[in-house]
Amino acid sequence: MSEEIRLMKGDEAIGEAAVRAGCKAYFGYPITPQNELTAYMAKHMLDKGRTFIQAESEVAAINMVYGAASTGARAMTSSSSPGISLKQEGISYLCGADLPCVIVNVARSGPGLGGISPSQGDYFQSTRGGGHGDYHTIVLAPKSVQEAADLTYEAFSISERYRIPVLVLADGLIGQMMEGVVFKDEIDPASLPPEPFAVGHQAETGRPNRHVTSINLVPEELEKQNIVRFERYGQVKKELTRYEEVQVEDADLVLVAYGTAARVCLGALQDARRKGLKVGLFRPITLWPFPDAAIGRLAGKGSRFLSVEMSMGQMVEDVRLAVNGRAPVDFYGRCGGMVPSEEEVLAEIERILGKRS
Amino acid sequence: MTEKTYMAGFGGQGIISLGEMWVFCAMKEGLQVTFFPFYGAEKRGGVARASVIVSEKEIASPLVTRADSVVIMNQDSVPIAEEVCRQGGLILVNSSLVKKDPDRPDARIIRIPCNEIAERIGDVRIANMVMMGALSKATGAIRLENLEPVLKSFFPEKKHALIPMNIAAVEAGKQAV
Repeated sequence: MSEEIRLMKGDEAIGEAAVRAGCKAYFGYPITPQNELTAYMAKHMLDKGRTFIQAESEVAAINMVYGAASTGARAMTSSSSPGISLKQEGISYLCGADLPCVIVNVARSGPGLGGISPSQGDYFQSTRGGGHGDYHTIVLAPKSVQEAADLTYEAFSISERYRIPVLVLADGLIGQMMEGVVFKDEIDPASLPPEPFAVGHQAETGRPNRHVTSINLVPEELEKQNIVRFERYGQVKKELTRYEEVQVEDADLVLVAYGTAARVCLGALQDARRKGLKVGLFRPITLWPFPDAAIGRLAGKGSRFLSVEMSMGQMVEDVRLAVNGRAPVDFYGRCGGMVPSEEEVLAEIERILGKRS
Repeated sequence: MTEKTYMAGFGGQGIISLGEMWVFCAMKEGLQVTFFPFYGAEKRGGVARASVIVSEKEIASPLVTRADSVVIMNQDSVPIAEEVCRQGGLILVNSSLVKKDPDRPDARIIRIPCNEIAERIGDVRIANMVMMGALSKATGAIRLENLEPVLKSFFPEKKHALIPMNIAAVEAGKQAV
């Protein structure tokens, strides 16, 4: 950790963090606002003699990830919202085959081709699986360039520990903005232990056949496989749930927000506190698993909640499930690439707290 | 101290370089920084805008919606300053290209003939560096002293010959305030 602080774009910091985490194979396809990430990997992966492929499509890229991950290599792809939609079939297959990998979504506004400005409209897609079948991916939501780098770095080992793909859900603002960032030590991919499931080198080692697949046509067996996977999800919920709390202890109103929206809420909170309003901030860092127990605890203490999102209201449903009727839950959002301002959120806080008294 | 700055001009005037350099220098002075260039429509002659924040503490929203200071490099950007500058804030205007000042009687407006000063030093393209010097002097947010090693770590080596001219531009900008 002898590193000095560097000024970098979020996209590039994610790339550097992945290289340092020992990512051995990256497969991408251009789309704004994550192009700088693909460009960064093109330069730096090739410089290190690792695999970089600009695939012919997003679908090809995610299936290349499947292939690379099957060999036990640390593999990654990245895209932005419409491109992530195209990858969903592949992500479902990766989950069905229990393969680790890292997928980065530098989200933009939708639906459809939508726009290129920042958005949090992919929350449902990210946290509900996204593709077909019974599964989840682990979803990490950074709020800054530093955290985008840290979470990407860690995503590889988390993914391997549970054999579940990890989705890093950023947005166009985090991808495009520059902040100071300090990187963790570089991991040599050759130093990583071999994966027990990895295919390849069978002739040299004489080991028995290994088969990486998501297909199983025997219902009794497939059900059992899914149940075993869900037991692992239970373990993830216990071990991995992460969040940040700011001044929630005495709060009459807790803002719930992740990523960029949480930065806006922090500013609104500081303005509200200066006006004597008791406002707190709860920021989920893992969107799946969602920190519902921690929110439930706050609901039991009498706080009410305001979910602030860059969407028409998606995470608010998880907040309501966590609160489970014990407190009022309001929503404020902007969408289509609009980012709420600190003043708008403050006005909403004043409206809600005014209404109550 | 938190200084929220909104920078605007046309593509090619070095708005993005100005923002990036401002936060780089601030980071070297030990501050937290965030720089968000509005992306998507980048082209020469198009609109170039950036949200730039330097602070002694953790930075909340990276978007500047109530600017302590606004940098306006061309006439077309004047309405942006009128809208985004906070009550009693600071507006720095490149008077070489802005003939009609922003209509904000509450704000402190400083006129800097950035293009003329830059041309006198040797290249109109360093007008943005003149503005950076002026912004530093007018806000006091960052000092911009002993710039040579900072700029050496910012620019690739093949551009190091241009550093003395950039420093001269920053100094001239400071003196113009």
